[in-house]
Amino acid sequence: MSEAALNQAAGGVDGLVDDWSADKQAYHVPWGKAMMWIFLVSDTFIFTCFLTGYLNVRLTTTQPWPNQSEIFALSFGGDPIPLILIAIMTFILITSSGTMALAVNFGYRKDKAKTFMFMCATAAFGASFVGMQAFEWSKLILEEGVRPWGNPFGAPQFGSVFFMITGFHGLHVSAGVIYLLVIANRVRKGYYDNKGYEIVEIAGLYWHFVDLVWVFIFAFFYLL
Amino acid sequence: MSAEAGQQHPLGIYYKIWILLFVLSSFSYAVDYFEVQGAMRWSLVILFMVLKAGFIVAIFMHVMWERMALVLTILGPPVVLLLLIGFMVIEGNYTSETRYEYRGHDRDAVALTPSDLHHEEEEAH
Repeated sequence: MSEAALNQAAGGVDGLVDDWSADKQAYHVPWGKAMMWIFLVSDTFIFTCFLTGYLNVRLTTTQPWPNQSEIFALSFGGDPIPLILIAIMTFILITSSGTMALAVNFGYRKDKAKTFMFMCATAAFGASFVGMQAFEWSKLILEEGVRPWGNPFGAPQFGSVFFMITGFHGLHVSAGVIYLLVIANRVRKGYYDNKGYEIVEIAGLYWHFVDLVWVFIFAFFYLL
Repeated sequence: MSAEAGQQHPLGIYYKIWILLFVLSSFSYAVDYFEVQGAMRWSLVILFMVLKAGFIVAIFMHVMWERMALVLTILGPPVVLLLLIGFMVIEGNYTSETRYEYRGHDRDAVALTPSDLHHEEEEAH
């Protein structure tokens, strides 16, 4: 480690050359973190392929694209508020990203109680996000009759794109909730006292990535 | 800054970015709420999206504090995706133009909305 620390004196491009030409470990991060990043880069490709597929069917379909603003509107007694459910889901996911960032920070301070608490809060926000998504899906399927092969509004591709992209994202959120709860429980038991708390940051990377993907879905699928 | 010591930063920066993400999301939502349309809508939505994504990756995911070897591994490969997107835009525009031109589809067709459908439920086709 001390040798590695020596090489790390150089940052930027010099550091890049150093790291790759030193004939040893190229990434000076815990291996789990490097692996998580490589997984996330591959996941970026999967989601981008989905979004690019969506771009292509939306460009090529000659039927009008349904108006998302009105389809995802929700009424609380009065007039329907456009896209409100999606806005709430977006804010929930951002809130959970914030609590996750705090959990990572308290993890490095070795404050187990706070790390555990913030990780559980993050998981709870994530679970409520999935719950709202389940509500959104059932509303679209049961009330509006949207199906992967068609819908009453316009281009049939709307349904397939919607179920595929939000479904795959929802699956990521659900997996993230389980992952966070497992790690949070281990934090509480003191499993990482000797190993170090990098694992909280690694779990955090996954969680922020899920939020990041939602930023793109929110913009391209719901707003544009 | 050393990765060996972990990514430890003052809490203040997280709070600031957190608030900023809320503000940017509200702006995105406002674009829809106030029904901004056309090129303005696209530019605003994409601007807020890029800013949000940038802050999440740079600060929350700590990329701005990582060494360049890791930063390039993370940000380099996705650049080829821009190429894919560019190709698909060209291809998609060509396909739709061909369809409109030779298959006689209506360019100005308007999608139905839930309120159209629920009001017309009695006179179902």
